[in-house]
Amino acid sequence: MAILLTKETKVLVQGITGRIGSFHAEEMKAYGTQVVGGVTPGKGGTTHLGLPVFSTVKGAVAETGAEASIVFVPPPFAADSIMEAADSGIKTCVCITDGIPAQDMMRVKRYMRRYRAENRMMLMGPNCAGMITAGQAMMGIMPGSIYTPGRIGIVARSGTLSYEAASQLQARGIGVSTSIGIGGDPINGSSFRDLLELFEKDEETDAVVMIGEIGGPQEVDAARWAKEHFSKPLLAYIAGLSAPKGKRMGHAGAIVSGEGESAQEKVEIIRECGHHIIPHPSAFGETVANLLGETKQAA
Amino acid sequence: MNIHEFQAKELLATHGVKLPRGGIAYSPEQARYRASEIGGKAWVVKAQIHSGARGKAGGIILCRSEEEVERAADNLMGRRLVTQQTGPKGNLVNRLYIEETVPIERELYLGIVLDRKAERIKIMASASGGMEVEEIAEKEPDSLIQITVDPGAGMQKFQARELAFGLGLDGSVVSKATDTLLACYRVFRDFDATMLEINPLVISKGELVALDCKMSFDENALFRRPDISEMRDKSQEDPRETFASDRGLSYVGLDGEIGCIINGAGLAMATLDMIKLSGGEPANFLDIGGGASPERVAKSFRAVLQDSNVKVILVNIFAGINRCDWVAEGVVKAREEVGLDLPLIVRLSGTKVEEGKRILAEKAPDVIIADTLADAAEMAVAEWKKLGHSAAA
Repeated sequence: MAILLTKETKVLVQGITGRIGSFHAEEMKAYGTQVVGGVTPGKGGTTHLGLPVFSTVKGAVAETGAEASIVFVPPPFAADSIMEAADSGIKTCVCITDGIPAQDMMRVKRYMRRYRAENRMMLMGPNCAGMITAGQAMMGIMPGSIYTPGRIGIVARSGTLSYEAASQLQARGIGVSTSIGIGGDPINGSSFRDLLELFEKDEETDAVVMIGEIGGPQEVDAARWAKEHFSKPLLAYIAGLSAPKGKRMGHAGAIVSGEGESAQEKVEIIRECGHHIIPHPSAFGETVANLLGETKQAA
Repeated sequence: MNIHEFQAKELLATHGVKLPRGGIAYSPEQARYRASEIGGKAWVVKAQIHSGARGKAGGIILCRSEEEVERAADNLMGRRLVTQQTGPKGNLVNRLYIEETVPIERELYLGIVLDRKAERIKIMASASGGMEVEEIAEKEPDSLIQITVDPGAGMQKFQARELAFGLGLDGSVVSKATDTLLACYRVFRDFDATMLEINPLVISKGELVALDCKMSFDENALFRRPDISEMRDKSQEDPRETFASDRGLSYVGLDGEIGCIINGAGLAMATLDMIKLSGGEPANFLDIGGGASPERVAKSFRAVLQDSNVKVILVNIFAGINRCDWVAEGVVKAREEVGLDLPLIVRLSGTKVEEGKRILAEKAPDVIIADTLADAAEMAVAEWKKLGHSAAA
């Protein structure tokens, strides 16, 4: 059943009446996602794209039974919308918005810890492409056609790089179970490790491609955790080998500011942990195909 | 975003942090006037550039007479100061800060940062002020005291006391020091900083005084900090980056000759890596962002061409929310507008890719089309080598 998202998942769109929210709500519906409604404060009681609009997330959850939400709210208000989702019983939240202040995200993370683990919302992003369970449902902004249903999981900071990976897999006839973006911000929701924990338990995922980049400790944390606790093959690519120190490479989080944050250092540690390295961004397909070939021969 | 020392000190002053008296000067005469205004027998003349390590580079000069102040100012104004942090071209000095000297009993270090691992604000202090923090961490790691602040509750008084006692401050100084440390935290929080460093923070006449201050800010928060946005000094930036950022493009200047136009920060970083692996050197990082119109693509070309080193241009688009047909129109438009005659390699993939390729075939038949990322990078490097270049060994 892949992870977090299936064709049964009922999804709300926060910021549905905006231009971007509208566009992607329709794309998600067209892919097969069960979009059950939207939230725009002040527009409760109206209908948009044939869907009911609510003024509050709690109201929407009570009426539709939604368990997931996707946030397209502009940066000044996005942190508030995420906290509203967390307080309304939403289990899985994707935040697409790029440009949320870091201190707002610190407060969001702190706020989410108010809830017991079993009631705690899982947040993907912000500043991410969302997620897709191939052939079932999409909660994000990716081109759905490049994902063939299959058994490889993808977890990436960068949206476009995860598209690159998925299409290289598709070109070799390899399919994807679920692909998830965790976003390019310095303080984000779920980490690489959080998602590897879910992929570990998923019977429909055989191996995971982890696409990281310069900056921050998450890639290394995940690799060290996986060494002991992840029983499936983990294949990693780290972007930014040519990035100079101290320069922000587009993503707010993609900046080498401390030890262990450069691509070279991350690759070295991941390799030492015994995982597979995808040497360059044109080798996603080849590296996964070689691995699958080896596993077949061994079987 | 970075600001100057004198600006950071203005922010510290708003929250009551003690500072030496000082003033800004734009000419040697003004510097001398400032010194006489401040009074006293000794002053420091400090070059205002966006860089640390100014002292070692000769950017901070101690003067014992007004004549010396004027001479020091004359020496610094209009110079490009090269420090360990500026790169070989250095940064232009067009402002000086003239400051009184104060008696120093002890030199301390204070740093406040966003800790990505803890996802909280972290405060670091050390009794070994005057040294770079990296040096402190290496030579005297035990002297580094760290406090993490709960974002819900903010920094507590006891945490400031822990820092003060940890620094070995006298009982008589602790109470005022506690107020100063809390004030520094509030400056960081209230202005959405990502880094605040006071090195050295000194004990002078029973009080903590900030002799230097360096601050950086969260660009995502500038929408609610208009006063901080006002402090931006474009003379301290790479002009290529200023041109691009004024047009809403995410651009980082590099040293190579292959100009790059890409969508998505991750794909952009990966494309630069691929160029390097193929034996070339990228001239820049540029992310055109999502939903880019033909006009935006054309603007990106102009940004890349600001760099006269660019000999070849590589466009790499994997369209999700972008559209390849718009990108292709943008390429055509840009070529017409800027009269582009450099070799151009374009790789399109994703949404509306067939339309995009058709537009290029019809309206820009000499553009080199690549199908994959690897092909695109190899073709770009091959074109660059044809021009008689090769990667510097």
